[in-house]
Amino acid sequence: MVQYSQARFDASFAALSDATRRGVLEQLGRADASITDLAEKFHMTLTGMKKHVGVLEQAGLVTTEKVGRVRTCKLGLRRLDEEAAWIERYRQLWDARFDELDKVVEELKRKEKVDGRKKRK
Amino acid sequence: MDARRESEPTPMKNRTTVERKSERELVVTRTFNGPARIVFEAWTKPELFKRWWVPKSMGMTLLSCEMDVRVGGKYRLQFGHGDSQSAFFGTYREVAPHSRLVWTNEESDDGAVTTVTFEEKGGKTLLVLHELYPSKEALDAAGTGAADAMGETFAQLDELLVTLGASAGRP
Repeated sequence: MVQYSQARFDASFAALSDATRRGVLEQLGRADASITDLAEKFHMTLTGMKKHVGVLEQAGLVTTEKVGRVRTCKLGLRRLDEEAAWIERYRQLWDARFDELDKVVEELKRKEKVDGRKKRK
Repeated sequence: MDARRESEPTPMKNRTTVERKSERELVVTRTFNGPARIVFEAWTKPELFKRWWVPKSMGMTLLSCEMDVRVGGKYRLQFGHGDSQSAFFGTYREVAPHSRLVWTNEESDDGAVTTVTFEEKGGKTLLVLHELYPSKEALDAAGTGAADAMGETFAQLDELLVTLGASAGRP
């Protein structure tokens, strides 16, 4: 998988450490929104929300675009990454299963060997 | 014991791959360090099957496992997670010892037809699991279900990694 730089990691964790910012991400997961919308939804001043969005933007979790006087925020997620993550989760499930199956196979192999020796005696 | 040592060089962990072949198909592959008859046995004997099908990280327990492995035979797996229970059941359509298994999944209309083939080469077995879903939506939902099965924490961490990945990939 992709290598993440430590600075990015720190920025992202810092961004996610705040409940409002997590709420904003959740909200943007449902639909894009302007800073004004977000400020209203989270009962916050425009300046306060701008600060939060700034932190999320810095961490690359959110992108913003200004059209006229309105700044619209959206998640920094791309479709391709979602698909890749979906497959990766599925892979992890099977990988966990197959690690256990490895153990069963090893045990059966051992048993076969022991049984084989007994028969030869 | 000596015999044990010689038959057991440190087992290498083989890689599991998953590929979405089409909108309705998913293919999982993995090599096992043992002959096909052994791997097949682990898929068809309930007492062996239940030892690996539900790894701890899934956050569920397998309460019961019945498998009547023959063409037209049924299987039924009963799971427990927290206070709730769920079942996974269906019918074996093809059973070719040591080489091929096909079963249906019948809890809903969205169930897949699963084909597992076991191909032995030099004492190792290449396993290919192919799932065919009735629709793209059914496959999408199954993937989400698998994610849920891996536990919420795990899914959350993954989501975080994707988010980070998305940001890392941006110019």
